[in-house]
Amino acid sequence: MLSALNLIMRGIEIPFSFVQRKLGTRRQAWAFLLPNLLLFGTFSLFPILLNFIYALTGGDNIILSDRPFVGTGNFAGFMNCDNFLDVNSCERDFFWRAVWNTTWFVTLQVGIMVGFALLTAVILNRDIQARGFFRGVFFFPVMLSPVVVALVWKWVLQRNGILNAGLEAMGFESFNWLLDRTWAFGWSVFLSVWAHMGFYTLILLAGLQAIPRDVYEAAMMDRASPWRAFRRITLPLLAPTMLVVLVLALIKGVQTFDEVYAFTGGGPGSATTLIIQYIYETGFAGAPRLFGLASAASILLALVLVVLTLLQLWFNRRSVDG
Amino acid sequence: MNYKVKTAVSAAALMLAAGAASAQELKFMCFSDGDDCAVIDGLLDGFEAENEGITVVMDKVPYQAILDSLPVQLAAGTGPDIAVVTDLGGLNEYYLDLSPYVDRPYWENSFGDILNWYRAGAQDDGIYGLHWQLTVTGPYINKTLFDQAGVAVPAEDASWDDWAAAAREVAEKTGTTFPMAMDRSGHRIAGPAISYGAKYFDDAGEPILVDDGFKGFVEKFVGWHEDGTMAKDVWAGRGGNSYQDASAEFINGELVYYFAGSWKVSQFDSEIGDLFDWQVVGSPCGEGGCTGMPGGSGVVGFKQTKHPEAVAKLIDYLAREEVYAQMSARTNNIPAHKGVAAAGVDYADASAPAAAALNAWGAQVAKLEAPAFQYQGYKGNRAMFNITVQRVTQAIVGELTVDEAMERAKGDLAEAIAETK
Repeated sequence: MLSALNLIMRGIEIPFSFVQRKLGTRRQAWAFLLPNLLLFGTFSLFPILLNFIYALTGGDNIILSDRPFVGTGNFAGFMNCDNFLDVNSCERDFFWRAVWNTTWFVTLQVGIMVGFALLTAVILNRDIQARGFFRGVFFFPVMLSPVVVALVWKWVLQRNGILNAGLEAMGFESFNWLLDRTWAFGWSVFLSVWAHMGFYTLILLAGLQAIPRDVYEAAMMDRASPWRAFRRITLPLLAPTMLVVLVLALIKGVQTFDEVYAFTGGGPGSATTLIIQYIYETGFAGAPRLFGLASAASILLALVLVVLTLLQLWFNRRSVDG
Repeated sequence: MNYKVKTAVSAAALMLAAGAASAQELKFMCFSDGDDCAVIDGLLDGFEAENEGITVVMDKVPYQAILDSLPVQLAAGTGPDIAVVTDLGGLNEYYLDLSPYVDRPYWENSFGDILNWYRAGAQDDGIYGLHWQLTVTGPYINKTLFDQAGVAVPAEDASWDDWAAAAREVAEKTGTTFPMAMDRSGHRIAGPAISYGAKYFDDAGEPILVDDGFKGFVEKFVGWHEDGTMAKDVWAGRGGNSYQDASAEFINGELVYYFAGSWKVSQFDSEIGDLFDWQVVGSPCGEGGCTGMPGGSGVVGFKQTKHPEAVAKLIDYLAREEVYAQMSARTNNIPAHKGVAAAGVDYADASAPAAAALNAWGAQVAKLEAPAFQYQGYKGNRAMFNITVQRVTQAIVGELTVDEAMERAKGDLAEAIAETK
């Protein structure tokens, strides 16, 4: 067994020794990085670069050389607004509807989801009966495909759905939940929270379990109330984990597409159209296919995500520095 | 190596090379709501038997793939050799011109002006596509509900207002959920708009989309959504330019009057069965006529194919009168082939209601107005359909007034034209 292992290790050593002999110890690192750099360059860096170039072109031709250069025209179109709060005053009204919908969606979804995830994690961290079962229950929706999540809730909420059947059975009037702009938006937030909360609950639970028990025991000896212990011990010690959860949830929230698209199609009207749907429809599902405009919108979205990430790093550094 | 062995090896190599050269595999991308692809696939057995060395691989895909993926594949040069398409003029730049390979007089006599739907414009006289499924948009009614309500079915020249009043009355008397519904599609709303006087093009043939006729029908349409005449679920229930139909509501007996099209016949025949009586009624009338929209799908070849002659041969085979007649009969489609239409199609496999419906749709072809053909043949019509769906929906759900929606639609069209030049 040992000799077989030795043989394998010797086998692995041969190319390594060869590279080291040819390039030297310092430059050897580049040889190891090369495969990953090639993959990253081909499938990430190059498409990003291409995206920037497309954003500066117009027309509906996918071949880059056949696309007219329009400079910053696509970006200027987005910014052509009399009043950014009144989307009807904007040249690109659908873009701004999607931007505002996404802003509201992310604010509500992240706020509600992180709040409930924290509450759930705190409860699941206690010594309750069937704790393992409940952890499974909360995590289960995370494993479902977004399309499945959307279809399940659509069956519940549609005109002839389970919710309306229940309401009618109890003597209430049925309601077309997905035809009302506010309700459709609210349910979109709800299903997104339902689908993703388990993941963040799990991260927070891990954070809670990393807090030493003796800190709580000391607080109990000082007769601190549970609420005070939560505020003065749990929250401060959980802050780094909370920060990770918040930023992850924010980034995921801004990127939301599939479940809401399958749930409402962005409707009624454009009430639940989020920014990724706008980019998808502008670039791929519309006619003509405005690849330049879609690329420009995706660059603006990337900028927002970069700002959010930098904000996270800044907060993180501040909390580490104390 | 001795002489015999050398000869045998050379002969084998030659045979292999010749085999590789003559074997032609054609990739055929097909979609259908029913079993149309299977029917074509069956008919292609005859083609393969006639043309040894040519094999056809049928790739059945969802309709959305034809709309979204195929154009991207074609632009990237990775498309199939042949496909069934519905954006007839919009994909013209990728089409293989069949005219060097086929009998032009036969094609022109058989398909006439429908060949224009696949062309780039008035100067283009190429032959690009076999229109194998001619469709007509128009309404179906639930006749049983009319009978139960004791309401007379409006006459052939009845207006939209007459039909709306009758459908409301039937729904009220029978407790039916929806009086009327129309598929969420820019193509579907075009026929009624043309009946209301919409022209879609100016005198110079340039697309305009919004005129008094179009706006007039949109106002009516939005109003019917507000007063509950139209099922709001269909248009207001979705966003973007996604398609939505009301087949489920009609099949479930929740809908009195459904504006859809001839391609629904097979589905209604199989799914409604004897649950209730349904029938095809003519498109309602207005100052612009009593028209629906023609449309449908066609088989086209792409110029990026490595086997243009084989592709042309295959499409030409499907265009043969006897093959086309079989195809129409077995798929329950209205023929676009004049010879087949003149001879009449024997829908032997169709039930009595389906056969009656298909004949009723066949009769509607003569009522189609010129703007309807012009709009269907315009290569940028998909952009106009999408603009219509998005802006009219916004007016229905109250995001914009009808006036605002029409102004936005004009701007969208101007941009679409500028971007595609």
